[in-house]
Amino acid sequence: MAGVVAVAAESLAGGRARAARTVLDQVVLPGEELLLPEQEDAEGPGGTGERPLRLNAGVRARVRVVCGPGLRRCGDRLLVTKCGRLRYKEPGGSGGGGGVYWVDSQQKRYVPVKGDHVIGIVTAKSGDIFKVDVGGSEPASLSYLAFEGATKRNRPNVQVGDLIYGQFVVANKDMEPEMVCIDSCGRANGMGVIGQDGLLFKVTLGLIRKLLAPDCEILQEVGKLYPLEIVFGMNGRIWVKAKTIQQTLILANILEACEHMTADQRKQIFSRLAES
Amino acid sequence: MEGVMQTDAKMRTESGAESSPRAPGCSLRHFACEQNLLSRPDGSASFLQGDTSVLAGVYGPAEVKVSKEIFNKATLEVILRPKIGLPGVAEKSRERLIRNTCEAVVLGALHPRTSITVVLQVVSDAGSLLACCLNAACMALVDAGVPMRALFCGVTCALDSEGTLVLDPTAKQEKEARAILTFALDSVERKLLMSTTKGLYSDAELQQCLAAAQAASQHVFRFYRESLQRRYSKS
Repeated sequence: MAGVVAVAAESLAGGRARAARTVLDQVVLPGEELLLPEQEDAEGPGGTGERPLRLNAGVRARVRVVCGPGLRRCGDRLLVTKCGRLRYKEPGGSGGGGGVYWVDSQQKRYVPVKGDHVIGIVTAKSGDIFKVDVGGSEPASLSYLAFEGATKRNRPNVQVGDLIYGQFVVANKDMEPEMVCIDSCGRANGMGVIGQDGLLFKVTLGLIRKLLAPDCEILQEVGKLYPLEIVFGMNGRIWVKAKTIQQTLILANILEACEHMTADQRKQIFSRLAES
Repeated sequence: MEGVMQTDAKMRTESGAESSPRAPGCSLRHFACEQNLLSRPDGSASFLQGDTSVLAGVYGPAEVKVSKEIFNKATLEVILRPKIGLPGVAEKSRERLIRNTCEAVVLGALHPRTSITVVLQVVSDAGSLLACCLNAACMALVDAGVPMRALFCGVTCALDSEGTLVLDPTAKQEKEARAILTFALDSVERKLLMSTTKGLYSDAELQQCLAAAQAASQHVFRFYRESLQRRYSKS
């Protein structure tokens, strides 16, 4: 038994929490604990009990850190609950201290989050509300008054099977999710029923985030290929419409394949399509 | 102990042991794991230990029937299908063991009134089947993005008639053993999550097997880490 294994010096989170700063952009696994910056100072050099003498002992400035997806608070530390790369965003502007930590993971299943814009499919009309399938564990409810210019007399023209682009106003683990197709000012702002034709297909959540990032070149290149209309839902659904069915299908295939292609392969494919 | 790594396009393999012949009592068979290989489930993984191979798919958090919903946590279901024949009582008991292990580790309180389903298909059985099922289930849960408070792994020990301990036994070694013990260990402090044993063994032997399993689980967790790092390094 003693000869079993030359136990490697690294242990998989074997009781030793690491500082979050040192693990940025690395892959973290569920179960790891991360220390926040202020706590590292408390641990001290070697933690042998020697601490620098402070004049105002007992008063330590606390920094508020926001715990994003994939992380949970566990006492004073952050517990990683999903596998992925650890990311950090500096606090912008004057007030908010601490910044945001989150884990970038690859997932297919969507969990409703308040404020997310999603594409849903109307599955039922019951009384005053529509039931909309958004890909989560429950269908979301959408009131018929939550459209621009809708009143009790002037009902929106929504049928079962229509595509809806809206945002969540209520989305937590305890309640049924609710969505609306107007913003806080009462204007549609692009939301509502998505028009006829076009193609709806599903991709992973990570790809949607990548495509919606501010500096994404894929979208610009796709726009140069054909004129198109495109709607991204944070629940992994994309609706795309081009002039002909063939172009629509080509665009759908390109977007689905983008996940696995490197930038060079993508450029090759785009140049080949542009020629033909 | 060196690990031989071959990076193919899709297969992520690592040898967690010396190559044949195995030193008695001390080594695990060759591991391999592949993730995200099925298109329908939210997460999927295939785990190979020597010649034993299990394919796992995870669906969730998804809709649950009102009769099965739990108001404050997720309903976890495990379905194990044998390679041939209809599932029987042995599969039911293994499903329960795997389900208890998963429930201890998955943060079900974050998704109340939903269901998380783990479907396991035995592709080939050459010993240590339950441990391979546990490993495949863990990798599939990670692939699906189900929130967990730790990773877990399964390790099987066999005690033969002379009292020699063999880790990760083959089917032949299992048949000749006097006792077979399977443990599920978690990754944070290598605590015991589940144990199931068959046969005759003494108290001291149980402790010895448990200690050997804990030492072996380090290899498995290191393999998990390398496998997941390779997956995320591509994007």
